Amino acid sequence: MTALHAEWTKLRTVPGPGWLLLAAIMLTAAVGALAANAVTCPAGGCQIDPAKVSLTGIYVGQTIVAILATAAVSGEYSTGMIRLTLTATPRRWLVLAAKTAVVGTATLATGAVAVLASVLVGRLLLDQHGIDPAHGYQALSLADGTVLRAAAGSALYLALIALLGLGVATAVRDSAVSIGVVLGLLYLFPIIASVVGDADWKRHLDQISPMTAGMYIQATTDLRSLPLAPWQGLGVLAAWAAGALLAGGLLLYLRDA
Amino acid sequence: MSVTAPYRSGRAVGTSGFRHLLRAEWTKFQTVRGWVIGILVGLLLMVGLGVLTTKNSACGVPPTQTNPSGACPAPPTGPGGEWVTDAFYFVRQPLGASGSITVRVTSLTGLYATHAGSAVPGEIPTADLTPGVQPWAKAGIIIKASTTAGSAYAAMMVTGDHGVRMQWNFTNDVAGLAGKVSAASPRWLRLTRTGDVIRGYDSADGAHWTLVGTATLAGLPSLSQAGLFAASPGYSANSTSFGGSSSKGGPALATGLFDQVSRQGAWPAGSSGQWTGQDIQGPADNALQPAAQGYREAAGTFTVSGSGDIAPAGGSAGAVTSQTLVGTFAGLIAVVVIGVMFMTTEYRRGLIRTTFAASPRRGRVLAAKAVVLAAVTFTAGLVATAITVPLGEHLLHENGYPIYPTSALTDARIVVGTAGLLAVCAVLALAVGTLLRRSAGAVTVVIVGIVLPYLLAILSGVLPAAAEEWLVRVTPAAAFAIQQSIPAYPQVDAAYTPGTGYFPLAPWAGFAVLCAWAAAALALAVFVLPRRDV
Repeated sequence: MTALHAEWTKLRTVPGPGWLLLAAIMLTAAVGALAANAVTCPAGGCQIDPAKVSLTGIYVGQTIVAILATAAVSGEYSTGMIRLTLTATPRRWLVLAAKTAVVGTATLATGAVAVLASVLVGRLLLDQHGIDPAHGYQALSLADGTVLRAAAGSALYLALIALLGLGVATAVRDSAVSIGVVLGLLYLFPIIASVVGDADWKRHLDQISPMTAGMYIQATTDLRSLPLAPWQGLGVLAAWAAGALLAGGLLLYLRDA
Repeated sequence: MSVTAPYRSGRAVGTSGFRHLLRAEWTKFQTVRGWVIGILVGLLLMVGLGVLTTKNSACGVPPTQTNPSGACPAPPTGPGGEWVTDAFYFVRQPLGASGSITVRVTSLTGLYATHAGSAVPGEIPTADLTPGVQPWAKAGIIIKASTTAGSAYAAMMVTGDHGVRMQWNFTNDVAGLAGKVSAASPRWLRLTRTGDVIRGYDSADGAHWTLVGTATLAGLPSLSQAGLFAASPGYSANSTSFGGSSSKGGPALATGLFDQVSRQGAWPAGSSGQWTGQDIQGPADNALQPAAQGYREAAGTFTVSGSGDIAPAGGSAGAVTSQTLVGTFAGLIAVVVIGVMFMTTEYRRGLIRTTFAASPRRGRVLAAKAVVLAAVTFTAGLVATAITVPLGEHLLHENGYPIYPTSALTDARIVVGTAGLLAVCAVLALAVGTLLRRSAGAVTVVIVGIVLPYLLAILSGVLPAAAEEWLVRVTPAAAFAIQQSIPAYPQVDAAYTPGTGYFPLAPWAGFAVLCAWAAAALALAVFVLPRRDV
């Protein structure tokens, strides 16, 4: 409990994390608004996934969350604070667990706000761009089960990205390298998948890609065309995050600080 | 009273020349093991990902007896060496070294299918076709070296939406009279051959002629084929929107109505010579019924119907060079991380105070860092691309992919340009690292600034087409235009999107956008650095 309190105090008492979380909310909602504003639906009908469009901002918001998460660990290493932390709480796995809990909760709460803002903005804007009952679309509402899944899943997605960042940073320790590794994991899979000619390979790459698979949680239409079901996709990201945390925890346990 | 001279060190005044600064920065770089390893990891990832992706792609054609490996057939190549589509209906006679043909075109109509049908020719009955002429449907007169697909030609034609055009050797296109052709406003077309030189004329009344263009077809045999032709590229409708893009399309047919056909000069078959109708590149080039193409002659009026196109083909029939360079992104992330750390580590360790004490002109320190970093990343990038491109092309070739033919100059531009892209990105990262002094923030800013726009632009269905194009125009991701090996042609309607390998800016212009970003960031860093405490 004290470890949790200590981690919360560390996060709360420096201005950086607060600003980053605020930026994550603003950017997510702003990009979602831009995307919703760019939608056009011709008279002949369109194949638009309204929930997915309003939640486009998660693509940008996740990078801010990743910075926050990696900085929470690598910041301690760059200032030498980690030695004090580990002296105060010699049980190292407890330190990592407390960090995971605090950063996970903070990003989940931020994600919830960002997602709510995005859905609200999407609901207001999409209606003016042809996504209306006349084209066979209901107004975006969290009462709809699939929209709720997309929204709640997106908030979880942000939290899982934070945990992935936390795990990588614990393993790597340096902030520049760890953010590079996290962004590489997120972006390289879809880029590679886009040039692989073999359809089976592309499908497998999409299935193991933390970003592509994780983002399946946002799909509300045409689910059959996806290589994985939405929750399975988020599960892939969860597996990546768990793997990174495990590796980070192991290295933290085995290495000198 | 004795005057004591103030103390002066006996040592010679140190030089603060740029060369020494470079040496100092190079020493800093090569003695940090992590950075050297990082550069090597980036290099290996570039090569490794290139091999991985090219090795695991196969051109999906079912193997046959004549083609046991299932390799994709390479399209015919034009006189310029580029891949071409050369499929049309040709009503022809031999023509000698000099002569001319003149016709009046009174109508251009078309039919198109909204679905592709199956691979079996004749799958779509003519009755299922929708009336409508494609924008680049063509009918007119042509002088062609032979009936072989890809041979040299020059043609005058009316088109669906683009008026009269003179086109030759696939890549050249000159506009003539504007407006659509109809019985009320017919178009007269004329081609004259004098040796290798072919001139195209058009006229709205048959009396006043305008020279549209002059084509020199090198090595045109003295006996060429000349006559009437019709062709229509397929119908396609693409709608790209969020959540997925959809495209539908099918083959199309163009029918031209010609009369007042007159010939002068050396026509070996004489003025009453028989016309021969021929479907160039065979009837199996699309799913239309073979009977749909053909020609009729009645009382001096010719009706010619053809499908296909006479145009450059693009790269979709095989692979393009840039496909081997997917690892650029991994290399990019590595050099960005190292570029940022080259500066931020000095701040974190406090070394920056020593550096600036030794060399108080801070702008020069930054310049020296930029030079060292650019040289290292350029060299590593060049090694990686020089290995990856030939190796990847070899693997693609083994997997049955024909590779879009490029000149040595284009290949050199792709190899050197990609290395340059890495170097300039590293310098951009250095400048951003200097400005922000925070590793994580600087790395994210640069990667999000260059990789994310590219990713959003190539993943179709994430952004609308206009936004995709804008992203690869103004963001540093514009620099990926340096890897484009297939030119876009205005006379071919195709999906020219970043996802299919086309960029809105010319290769070096796109690269210049990245350089401008790097220069701006560097200038800002040079401005800010002396005005800040360290």
